[in-house]
Amino acid sequence: MLDFPIWKRLWLWTITIVLCLAALPSLFAAGGVSWPAQLIEPKVNLGLDLAGGSHILLEASSDQIKRQRLETMAEDVKNRLRQAKIATGDISTKDGTVAFMVTDPAKAGQAREVLQTLTSGASMSGQRDWDLNVDGGRIVLVPTAAGIAQAQSMAMDSATDVVRKRIDSLGTREPTIIRQGANRIVVQVPGLSDPAALKALLGQTAKLEFRLVDLSADPTLVAQGIAPPGSELLPYANPEKDGTGRLAVKRYGGIKGDQLTNAVASNDSRTNEPIVQITFDQAGGAKFARLTTENVNKPFAIILDGKVLSAPNIQEPILGGQARISGSFTSESANQLAIALVSGALPVDLKVVEERSVGPDLGADSIEKGIIAFAAGAAALMFFILITYGRFGVYANAALIINALMILGILAIIDGTLTLPGIAGFVLTIGAAVDANVLINERIREELARGRKVVQAVELGYTEASRAIFDANITNVIAAVLMFMIGSGPVRGFAIVLMIGIGTSVFTAVTLTRLWVAGYLRRQRPSSITI
Amino acid sequence: MKLLKLVPDNTNIRFLRWRVPFYVVSLILMAASWGMVLTKGLNFGVDFIGGQMIRVTFTQTPTAPVAELRETVAKLGYGEPIIQQFGKPNEVSIRMKLPEGFEQDPSLANKMSDKIITSVKAAHPDVRVDGVDSVSGKVSEELGKSGGLALLAAMIAISIYIWVRFEWQFGVGALFALAHDVTLTLGLFAVTQMEFDLNIVAALLTLIGYSLNDTIVVYDRIRENMKKYRRMPMPELLDLSVNETLSRTIVTSLSVLITLVALLVLGPDVIFGFTAAITMGIFVGTYSSVYMSAPILIWLKVNADSFVPVETAVDKQERLARERNPGAA
Repeated sequence: MLDFPIWKRLWLWTITIVLCLAALPSLFAAGGVSWPAQLIEPKVNLGLDLAGGSHILLEASSDQIKRQRLETMAEDVKNRLRQAKIATGDISTKDGTVAFMVTDPAKAGQAREVLQTLTSGASMSGQRDWDLNVDGGRIVLVPTAAGIAQAQSMAMDSATDVVRKRIDSLGTREPTIIRQGANRIVVQVPGLSDPAALKALLGQTAKLEFRLVDLSADPTLVAQGIAPPGSELLPYANPEKDGTGRLAVKRYGGIKGDQLTNAVASNDSRTNEPIVQITFDQAGGAKFARLTTENVNKPFAIILDGKVLSAPNIQEPILGGQARISGSFTSESANQLAIALVSGALPVDLKVVEERSVGPDLGADSIEKGIIAFAAGAAALMFFILITYGRFGVYANAALIINALMILGILAIIDGTLTLPGIAGFVLTIGAAVDANVLINERIREELARGRKVVQAVELGYTEASRAIFDANITNVIAAVLMFMIGSGPVRGFAIVLMIGIGTSVFTAVTLTRLWVAGYLRRQRPSSITI
Repeated sequence: MKLLKLVPDNTNIRFLRWRVPFYVVSLILMAASWGMVLTKGLNFGVDFIGGQMIRVTFTQTPTAPVAELRETVAKLGYGEPIIQQFGKPNEVSIRMKLPEGFEQDPSLANKMSDKIITSVKAAHPDVRVDGVDSVSGKVSEELGKSGGLALLAAMIAISIYIWVRFEWQFGVGALFALAHDVTLTLGLFAVTQMEFDLNIVAALLTLIGYSLNDTIVVYDRIRENMKKYRRMPMPELLDLSVNETLSRTIVTSLSVLITLVALLVLGPDVIFGFTAAITMGIFVGTYSSVYMSAPILIWLKVNADSFVPVETAVDKQERLARERNPGAA
């Protein structure tokens, strides 16, 4: 029990020293001293509730992803069957499936073969992303659960990339961007207390389109909300200027704005109005040139996220691969649009479903007060332990300090974040560590009072107290693991620190103090001890 | 060197003599807490009911002009705000329901907070905005569900562990003590109408951790004594166990209280509610491990034999041999 072979001692000290060293950079930072940059720097990040900053939770609509997937499939089916010269009736995307009739039922089998190539494997179990059902001349493509999940995951991956690009372009410091669950993205930006610009930037899908205005549309029908065949009605982006009416634009034959290499905000040289200037890539430029050449003197609509920004006349073919977009921008919104266009369109709309921001003053104030309070509390606690247990109190206190350092060190190594609930977990584990020492020391007192010899009393103190310490800590581990699995945000922050702290507090309060006490007993062989 | 000894050796306080009155009082308090929670309700923060919360500090005025502030915000036509002080009297939170149509157009929430902040700053130039929280109904529902579920699952899993390590009566006792602690703390929040947010759930979890620690220490001693003194009547044995661990209980609780009081008095205001909940939990938890989790063992009739090691065949032969031949051993 009190026997520590040399290899064990070395091993314990190595762990202790390494983990305590890992805490140093964080301590330096908290004290306002800069850590030499050439040294490695594992540092505990402070949560936004402590350090100030913005937390934004974005959610994509799963329905939208599903709907877009259906439409893309319908388009593909149409193209593929046309190439194969198989005539079909109208393709319906109602009821969450792609369904149509093959005009000549004899060709249904052939159509099936053609369409089979549009589907692919979507999961480990070999399930495909679409089920292809043929019933006589009727063909139905049903999206499978695996296919939907795959599409959703891909859409979210690319949405996360786009979000990261946009935030990086704002030049903010160390943003954290993480996908969460099936359809959410968490964005955390430390030090940013007013996230309005950030949200405006992320809330914009930035799907830019150039489409021809349908001049054949009957204004009275348009006013009634009836679109001519092959066209759809879109609202204006600036109803103050353009009115609340809607414009008929052709569904097909337009250009999407994703084929561009650059977009910058600038001012119109004549009107000085803020505009966004875009530069197409080669393919996009060629398409744009063809569209403008074929439709000189006709109006075309510039559409952003399903709303018409403006519908200027094409004065002359635009061959240089550049275009200017105007649409009642402010210089700020022009800038945002430029950033959004360069970073690419979001594959799906994102909505802000949760937002938290903490001002930097509050954060700094909290940290300073927290450190003072913690230092004062710890000093008082250690004094109390010292006058209660004497020499054994010194061991307990040393274990406490090392415990705190080790928790910080491990948090730094795993790149963890310390939040307010994390501090609660910290306090709880410090409490548990104190309790472990109290249990041991009280037990030693008891055994001495029963007349046992020093070495035996100490040994019994550790063995008998360990049982309760073990049970108490195991229950806390159970609680922590469950909290981590089920809980969200703050609860998880608490659970992580608790899990780390349970490990370190048992290590320091039981193992390390035992090492020290054993050393003391071996060296001095006291016949009696004060405890 | 003379060391501090808060509890004299060999105390013999008959704690359990008062178990019935204490139990009655506790049960009444628990019922009252439930009553308060059900009638008065908890003052849920935006974490759990959704909405928007703007925290502001009046940097020049010692006390926030709550009535004026309410009027300023109400005039904007977004409905009546809930304005509450937290921490110091010059710090308040303004809580609003999210504007209608928010689910379709999230930028409405932005517009609302911008408008509120602008007009509050215009009316009170010394206002500093400390933070804005907007939580949609859907997210808040999930946060509430996962928080509650984590709490419940942790309590049940812990009880099962104690059942396995001790006896089923101990598991029930621990669960009951935890329910007692959580209920009374919820009651405190219902009475004081302190804001109940996700951080408080973490505080409740901390409290459960402490209380459980206490309960297990007492239970461990009961288990030990049950093996040692097999003929001792339960109430006496429980008293003995509580007395033997009394010194430890006092020293540990005091240690933790010292730290918590420092946090309460000197710590940042943001953690006040949180620290208050844990401090309350220390008292309730210490009390419950003596008066809630121990007496229940008497009523659930813990069998003194449960912790006697099972007799192996060899043991039995030896015992029989001893009984036949008492002089030999």
